[in-house]
Parts: sequence; structure tokens; C-alpha cells
Amino acid sequence: MWNWDFAFSIMPQLLKALRITILATLLGFTLACILGLLLALGRRSTIKPLSMLIGGFIEFVRSTPLLAQLYFVFYVFPKFGLTLTPLVAGVLTLGVHYSTYLSEVYRAGIDAIPRGQWEAATALNFSRARIWLNIIIPQAVPPVVPVMGNYLIGMFKDTPLLSAITLVEILQSAKIIGSLTFRYTEAITIVGVLFLILSYVSSLGVQKLEVRLNRRSLL
Amino acid sequence: MNILPPFDLLPTLLVGLKVTIQLTILSSILAFFVSFFVGFCRLSKYKIVRIISTIYVEFFRGTSMLVQLFWVYFVLPVFGLDFSAMHAGILVLGLNFGAYCSEVVRSAILAIPKTQTEAGISLNMTSTQIMSKIVLPQAFVIMLPSYGNYLIELLKCTALVSLITLNDLMFQGVLLNSSTFRTIEIYSLVLVMYFLLAYPLTLGVRWFERKFSEGRA
Repeated sequence: MWNWDFAFSIMPQLLKALRITILATLLGFTLACILGLLLALGRRSTIKPLSMLIGGFIEFVRSTPLLAQLYFVFYVFPKFGLTLTPLVAGVLTLGVHYSTYLSEVYRAGIDAIPRGQWEAATALNFSRARIWLNIIIPQAVPPVVPVMGNYLIGMFKDTPLLSAITLVEILQSAKIIGSLTFRYTEAITIVGVLFLILSYVSSLGVQKLEVRLNRRSLL
Repeated sequence: MNILPPFDLLPTLLVGLKVTIQLTILSSILAFFVSFFVGFCRLSKYKIVRIISTIYVEFFRGTSMLVQLFWVYFVLPVFGLDFSAMHAGILVLGLNFGAYCSEVVRSAILAIPKTQTEAGISLNMTSTQIMSKIVLPQAFVIMLPSYGNYLIELLKCTALVSLITLNDLMFQGVLLNSSTFRTIEIYSLVLVMYFLLAYPLTLGVRWFERKFSEGRA
């Protein structure tokens, strides 16, 4: 039932596909970090329609499945003349989906800044942009970094969904191997093990980070 | 019967919606029991039980859910365990969310002050009585909002089972698209239907959280 020779022979192909998985994760996460911050700032905007629009967008994206969004971006956007490659569509959807989650994380970080910081900045006659860039964001982001790390791991585990829009990432390549050789056992098991190793190692990393950040905030 | 487009697509999609709701309910029941069982195991006084349950949780949280689904659906039959798509979906969703929710159970029980248990002991209650009459009723209220949030997550994750050919809402959408090519209407409708399903749950959880935190600062 389990053939080691076969398992080793498909390893190179799976590891190559793993690179696509990791690439999609990192690109998507970068997008999510930037967009999430913009959403968090937009949500606090004093222009009422803007903040309501962004709030509605966040609610909608958070309430619908990632898979349905992937299909929507990949199959509906071309109808409006915007044809995306599977990788671009996948990164875009992952990024936007997770940005709505990260915007909540940023919001928590921003809300935790004491009022005195705002008042001090205002008393020093700082401009709004300067208050955000020099006072609020540098204090709001570091405490929430571990939470963001957890979302990075979550996102990594969601990338197999991109196989549904024909991106040949690790799960898709395991499926291809399976359909060519009629041996699903080794391929899919190896994919599972690789995921387990990578996400476990990264979750240990996040824990370390958390301990370090806590220690720094105690000083 | 003449229904205006895009609503003529609804009958087919509603078939899938029924499966999605069924799957959500059944797997959340499984997840509920698993989470309690595993949550208690993680607090067990026996080290071996704690280790095994920790491995279980780390395993399910560490591997991708879609990979687990494929594994149950494609690999287990090789070992003689044949599941229908529905059963595989219930099993994987239930075990997966059971692992996540066991943390909710564990942390809620740990959040109950030790003095509560001590008061129970001084009243000469058995440990079962202390757990069921003192600790759990208080811990349960703490758990509910998290359970609500996980229920919403679970609902969204049911869309994954379409990839192992279970005819849920997502699957029906894809199927309909390949026969009618009315891509825009179909995928928009699917998104809206999921939203209409999940959003009331979100509002419910928020309402509960507000109500619970009233007068407790």
C-alpha cells in the first residue's frame, strides 16, 4: 500500500510545487498586510460614507467562503475584461480575504494606544499624517505581530484552495500525480506531512516571537 | 413556471443550500462533542492522555483542511475505509473544528477561578458535581461567543467539500456554470447566498456578546 521508492520518486515534483505554495502565501500575505492597514485606517475615517462602505466590504468578505470568492475572481472578472492568471487571481483573493481579518487585528492594536498619546501629539501640533506614521502605527503594530503570524500560518494552510482555480500548487500537483499513476496514497500523505512540519515549525516561531515581544514590553 | 433571471437559477442552488446547511449542522454537532472530549483530555491528570490529545490538536491544526479532506476521501479507501463524500465531509469538518474548539473549552475551564473549585470541595461535593454544577455552567457562558465564531467559520469551510464532489451550494454553482455559462449571475448569487446564511449568525454572536458583557465592564 505504501511504496517508499515511489514516494521518493515524486518528492522533487512535490517540493517544486511547494515553492509555488510558499510564493502564493508570501505574496498574498504582503498584500493582506498593506491592504489590511489601509482598511483599518479607512474604517476610522471621519468621512461617513467611506467608513461605512469599507465596513460593509469587510463584513461581506468575512461572511463568504474563500472558495466562492476565488471562483468569483477567477471566472467572473474575465467577463468584465479582466483576465487574471491563476497565480495572480489566487494571490489577489487570498490577500483581500485576509486583509479583512488583519484590519481587525490592526484595529485592536490602534484601539490599545492610550488617549494620552493622541493628545500629546495634538499638543505638539503634529499633522495627522505625522501622528499616524510616527506615533500611532509604530506603537500599534509590534504588539499584534504574533496575531498576524497566526494569520500567516492560517493563510498558508488555505493555499491548497488555489488548486480549485487550476493553480498547480502542492495539492494540485499531488492530484496530478495521483490521476496519472492511480496512486493517491503517497502523494497526498506527503503533502499532509509537509504542511504539518512547516506550519508546526512556524507556529513555534510565532510563540518565540510572542515571548520576546512580551519581554520587551515589560522592560 | 416563469421566474425572472437570475432567479430561475435558484431551484438548483437551493438543492445545494440544503446540503450545505445539513453538513453545517451535522459537523458542528460532531465538533461540539469532540471539542468537549478533547478539551477535558487536555486537562487530564494523566500525562499520556494529555500528550495524545495535544498531538491530536496539533495534527489537525497543523495540516490544511483541504488536504485532510482529500486524504480521507482518496487515501483511506486504499486501506479499506470507504466514505461517502457527505460522511467524509462531516468527519473532517467535525474533527478539525473539534480540535480548534477544544482550546475554547480548555481555556474557558481554566478561566474559572480556583476559589470556585475550592468552595465546592469545602462543601464536600464530588469532583463530578463540582465540574457539572459549578465550573461548567460558568465556563459555558464564556465559551458561547467563541463557539458562535467557529460555527461561522465552519459554515464557510463547508464550501471545500464541493472539491470532493459533494453537491453543496458551491458545487451546484460550479455545475450550473458548466451547463449554462451564466457565470456572473451564478457566482454572484452563490456569494450572496453564503452571505445571507452567515451574516445573521455574525449578528447573533455580537448580540450575545453585548448582552453577556452588560453590567460586567
